[in-house]
Amino acid sequence: MDRASSLSWLIEASYFVAAILFIYGLKRMSSPVTARGGIVWAGAGMLVATVVTFLWPGMDNYVLMIVAIALGGILAWVSGKRVAMTDMPQMIALYNGMGGGAAAAIAAVELFGGEDHGLTFGVLAVLGGLIGSVSFSGSLIAFAKLQGLMKSTVRFGGQQIFNLVLLAVLLVLATVIVTQHSGPGLIAVFFLLALILGVTMTLPIGGADMPVVISLYNALTGLAVAFEGFVLQNAAMIIAGTVVGAAGTLLTQLMAKAMNRSLANVLFSGFGDTAAAASEVHGSMKPIEASDAGVMMAFANKVLIVPGYGMAVAQAQHKVWELAQILIERGVDVKFAIHPVAGRMPGHMNVLLAEAGVPYDVIYDEGEINAEFATADVALVIGANDVVNPAARTDPSSPIYGMPILNADKAKNVIVIKRGQGAGFSGIENALFFLDQTRMLYGDGQAMASQLIQAVKSL
Amino acid sequence: MIDGFIALYIFMLAAFVGHEVIGRVPVILHTPLMSGSNFVHGIVLVGAMVALGRAETGLETAIGFIGVFLGAGNAVGGYVVTERMLEMFKSSKEKR
Repeated sequence: MDRASSLSWLIEASYFVAAILFIYGLKRMSSPVTARGGIVWAGAGMLVATVVTFLWPGMDNYVLMIVAIALGGILAWVSGKRVAMTDMPQMIALYNGMGGGAAAAIAAVELFGGEDHGLTFGVLAVLGGLIGSVSFSGSLIAFAKLQGLMKSTVRFGGQQIFNLVLLAVLLVLATVIVTQHSGPGLIAVFFLLALILGVTMTLPIGGADMPVVISLYNALTGLAVAFEGFVLQNAAMIIAGTVVGAAGTLLTQLMAKAMNRSLANVLFSGFGDTAAAASEVHGSMKPIEASDAGVMMAFANKVLIVPGYGMAVAQAQHKVWELAQILIERGVDVKFAIHPVAGRMPGHMNVLLAEAGVPYDVIYDEGEINAEFATADVALVIGANDVVNPAARTDPSSPIYGMPILNADKAKNVIVIKRGQGAGFSGIENALFFLDQTRMLYGDGQAMASQLIQAVKSL
Repeated sequence: MIDGFIALYIFMLAAFVGHEVIGRVPVILHTPLMSGSNFVHGIVLVGAMVALGRAETGLETAIGFIGVFLGAGNAVGGYVVTERMLEMFKSSKEKR
């Protein structure tokens, strides 16, 4: 074997190893016991693939390459290390957008280069560029919204028709570019319009639906990477991109299902549009003191804690876990009940609880725990609202009707820690708060958790 | 050369693998797994490196540079946040 062919053998072999490591890593990441090792395996695959790519024959611009890797790598490393766990969803959106942008950049270089790859590769290059661009600008909008840089949802009349027309124009342009080998002007217009489509597609989607959208863009980026992989004849990109495209699509469906929204619903209608006046709730909210609530929990047999995003905002998860530990020492059966959308995306609450040191085997999801509320003495709801609203089960006129909820209303006693009397994220009154067995503990989540700890300790 | 039916076979099999690998994932891991799969498509970095390496005109070089920058951000950022999240997942046995 001469030097060139042994080099390309080494590159192909390394990409093969990388593909195995990616799939093995993802497999391990799908179980909490092995998840930590999973990312390390996948990381090793990435390192191998990146290093051997420097050996690719006929390349130039090595200095620029190293500078770009260093710049992007360092920026991402620092921001990734610093980001708070509560801000994780938008950070994932940002990194995902970068991947989409990179795929679009590959497409742009290939198309501007003007080499004729044949019809199939032309089509894949253009499609990958389109999807990558949409994922790039769309993810940036998702990031801006969740980060609070962009407060309002922008909607204008005929927005969906505008998007459809834009998509049609893009497909026509794509056809022209592939068949006529157009000049750089038309290609530039194509990418500009694709970026605009990503923006106009994402703008009307509300913050609550954003996780589903981020997951969708994650899958789309995977697909774009796979397409560009075919164009570059890079097996590692094809396999990794396709695996992520398929896994991401499944994950998007799982998330949409957990939120009781269909994907079409998320993309083509805003949450709140259908929120007509739900039937009124009768009765009054009954307050309770922390000391009484503490006694109630200390002498209970079983306490189920229902945390919501409000708990994480109040940074109360450490105190809540401390409270749970004291109760467990007293022999109380304590479990955490997590709704799939308790955080800002499915699984986010588990990450926040894990940060506070809560072991994952006392955390149960909605399907596992719902039957247990009937035997629970106390359900402690902290910072959660819509996910425990029994109206989702009973009131067909409610906008959240049909959404799977945690049956906190089935517990013998319900204690709700809440800052004030206002309605929840969706602006819907919560029937749970007005039940006979419900007591409201008004105050900041962290302060109230501390008072509960004191109350239990003083017994 | 990967094209025609070979390409389709690879695409089909990889799609099934992606679907199967994630099929039975518990909800508690959805966020880290999304982040992890986000990291995996950071492999786009190697494609961007090749695109930059082969770039000839100034425009191609500039776009290639941006591509490598973005790809590196995807790969490194994806790894760092996924590792941070997964590192925190512990069972009560490991605690004691």
